Amino acid sequence: MAPLGKIARRTFLIGSAAVAGGVVFGVYAVRKPHRNPLLDDLAEGEATFNPWVKVSRDGVTLITPHTDLGQGARSMQAALIAEEMDLEWGDFEVSPGVPSAAYYNRALAYEAAHASPDPTSIQAKMMAPVIMTAIKMMGVQGTGGSSSTRDSFDLLRKAGAVARETLKKAASLRTGLAVADLKTGRGSVQLPDGSAIKYAELAEDAAKIKPVSDVVLRPPEEWRLIGKPMRRLDIEAKSTGALQYSIDLEQEGMVFAALRVSPRRSALVDYDAGAAEKMRGVKKILKVTNGLAVIADNSWRAFKAAEAIRCEWAPAAYPAEMSGHWDEVAASFTPERLEAEWRNDGDVDQALAGADIIEAEYKAPYVAHQPLEPISTVITVTDDRADFWTSHQFPRIAQQKVADICGLKPDQVYLHNQYAGGSFGHRLEFENVTLAAEIAVQMKGAPVKLTFRREDDFEQDFPRQIGMARPRGVVKDGKVLAIDLPIATVSSSASQMARAGVSLPGPDDQITAGASNLPYALPNFRVAAYRVPELAPTSSWRSVGASTAGFFADCFLDELIHAAGADPLAERLRLMNDDISRKVLEAVGDMSNWGSDIGPGRGRGVAFVKSFNTPVAEVIEVTMTAEGIKIDKVFVAADVGTIVDPVNFENHVQGAVVWGLGHAMNCEITYSDGMAQQRNFNAHEGMRLYQCPEIYVRGLENGPEVRGIGEPPVPPAAPALSNAIFAATGMRIREMPFNKHVKFI
Amino acid sequence: MKFEVNGAAYDVDVEDDMPLLWVLRDELKIKGPKYGCGIAQCGACTVHVDGIAVRSCQLTAGQAQGRAITTIEGLGAPSALHAVQEAWIEHQVAQCGYCQPGQIMAAASFLNFNPTPSDEEIDKALSANLCRCGTYARIRAAVKSAAAKLGGA
Repeated sequence: MAPLGKIARRTFLIGSAAVAGGVVFGVYAVRKPHRNPLLDDLAEGEATFNPWVKVSRDGVTLITPHTDLGQGARSMQAALIAEEMDLEWGDFEVSPGVPSAAYYNRALAYEAAHASPDPTSIQAKMMAPVIMTAIKMMGVQGTGGSSSTRDSFDLLRKAGAVARETLKKAASLRTGLAVADLKTGRGSVQLPDGSAIKYAELAEDAAKIKPVSDVVLRPPEEWRLIGKPMRRLDIEAKSTGALQYSIDLEQEGMVFAALRVSPRRSALVDYDAGAAEKMRGVKKILKVTNGLAVIADNSWRAFKAAEAIRCEWAPAAYPAEMSGHWDEVAASFTPERLEAEWRNDGDVDQALAGADIIEAEYKAPYVAHQPLEPISTVITVTDDRADFWTSHQFPRIAQQKVADICGLKPDQVYLHNQYAGGSFGHRLEFENVTLAAEIAVQMKGAPVKLTFRREDDFEQDFPRQIGMARPRGVVKDGKVLAIDLPIATVSSSASQMARAGVSLPGPDDQITAGASNLPYALPNFRVAAYRVPELAPTSSWRSVGASTAGFFADCFLDELIHAAGADPLAERLRLMNDDISRKVLEAVGDMSNWGSDIGPGRGRGVAFVKSFNTPVAEVIEVTMTAEGIKIDKVFVAADVGTIVDPVNFENHVQGAVVWGLGHAMNCEITYSDGMAQQRNFNAHEGMRLYQCPEIYVRGLENGPEVRGIGEPPVPPAAPALSNAIFAATGMRIREMPFNKHVKFI
Repeated sequence: MKFEVNGAAYDVDVEDDMPLLWVLRDELKIKGPKYGCGIAQCGACTVHVDGIAVRSCQLTAGQAQGRAITTIEGLGAPSALHAVQEAWIEHQVAQCGYCQPGQIMAAASFLNFNPTPSDEEIDKALSANLCRCGTYARIRAAVKSAAAKLGGA
């Protein structure tokens, strides 16, 4: 989620701390909170105290603006508010709310503001508050960067506490009792005589008073919900088939759209839709960016007709064949393409001079997102209004894009943000939204559902960055003495931002993320980012830069540790200079009984990567079998400061491990003739159930603040697997996907 | 063409080669069966035809007509969930949940034919269903719970 900082720097390139004080926006504007969007359609007798809570005669509605992509964001946000409001779990409605600047992501603003090659420099310190202010003023509402819990933890508890105290005040005014004599519980204000007034009954009174601003949050020892196993609000609907995703939605008179757009992201040169036009159910064939859309009375009929169109496409803007991509990456380790040295401890050049150098080359391919729900959008456009139903991680940018296409103002465009059938970064992009808007604006008044065929989804996906590393290192006296880690990748941040209409002015901190921040006290440690010019367009893929740089860094460290004759866990612990991370490594050592004999034909590997400020260590055990490598067990320890829901935490960690392993095992996107060669799950499979190891999870809570867990367990999975395979076989795999070199059962 | 879905009779005018999935989703508006791949790779569209788990993206309308089709909507009732659904809730299997109707239908059919499966048999039977969120550990546990419930253990 680096792009936010870049957007802010770009928009406000002013190197003066005075800006943060309000010179640009005015002190008043900077300090003023954004308007509460709930006020815009508040009915008579309804009360709202802040953008997250609404109370009416019918009950309490909690607004959970972080998009639920399957990570349980709605439940997490609701729990934080419900904790402070003393609501019974589930005794409230939940809504994603409307896109609003009030929901700008404070955690991402902070992180973006502090991402710098040299965060302690005067310039970085001066810019940080400027960038934070800029992101607030821009109102960037976003879900990503494992930031939802970090962003919500204090903010939403406070929102709940404000609601609670205001409702108590309303009860006090009604009863004449002192606020100090009132308590709350079970969604009610409780009076000293044992009677209670439901919050809903206080809505009308509460609407008339100013929200109480001075509130005290519940101490952790009084938490009823946070830290206890929770039942997700969506679990029943997701187990009965009742949950409707955007792909399932229906509107009266709705038509069904399918695409035939360039698999090379290039112009449509010529086409023949003669056969398609005559097919059953086909209503229209429309021009859209880079191709055509078929409108029919049924999705399958639209799909079939789209496939029947004969098209000729212009060449791709990037190399047509994969060798051209790899050549460009390999040619990027030059002074001209050196973007930043994000870490430079000791004197690496001196340590390497005249020493026995160990060197290697690592590679990471393009990989697709491909959540199981293909991207889709339901949309209706009229002359003065557009409504669209989809799941998006940047609601306000999506809203703006629809407004631009339809010639409307953003406040005439309504996004009805839905539960997503997965994302992994895919729903930070806009293709399903913009193409649906292009169709709907040509068919005003008609509800349209655009569904991407899986093949369209693969072809139009923006995969993870492609990259390489050429590390060199030195060991001495059984210890790792020096690592020089140059990493060259395309910039997925720059690529992603360009589609949001912004260019990247500074270095991309994601190129070395997960490597340059390793909390190791190596005597000599240099991590440099080389920027490969844009090839195929790329985007944020679950754990972003750390999924590649973390693999390069940890695997090469493992190589050096083996070369030094040291124990992989012991040497990592010796080098560790961060207590919270050390405990994470010690935990997986304990969980896996590290050092014990695991028998012949087996191997054990450990890896540690810190991403999104969450340290995660993993130990993997593998067995060599006649049918291939079997991944037996994975032990994971992670520290997020405070675990909101231990059930969801465990589920998340297990899923992230499966994600990291599955793609490292067998997934890549390659291009030929300018087109992605993998167009469905037969060619980009990931992990299947029979390959899934037992995954043991331990959550630690030593960190001082709350951090996310959606992405951080992904980066250590690939290096831990490679390290385990080396331990079992002596074979060092330096290239993903690993099935290019070994066979898995 | 006549269809029997979840005990109800339907008569719709569709092509013989339209996949059952799209008859269900776009003609009958039964949305439990999900579109994931269209080529029998993911299993999100799994339904029961005469009690057997079938990929509805591969079965044509012509093949499906006149047979007893059950989708997740007809597997249990809100007041009386199927044991597999109960186990899915108890173990909180779902993350995004999009594959889960297919997983549940596959598991229910599997347990119908093999009420006391071994771990290996569970792995084999459920591996045709893809979960991108990686809920496999919980799927395994839930299938075992459901087997125990169904067996009265």
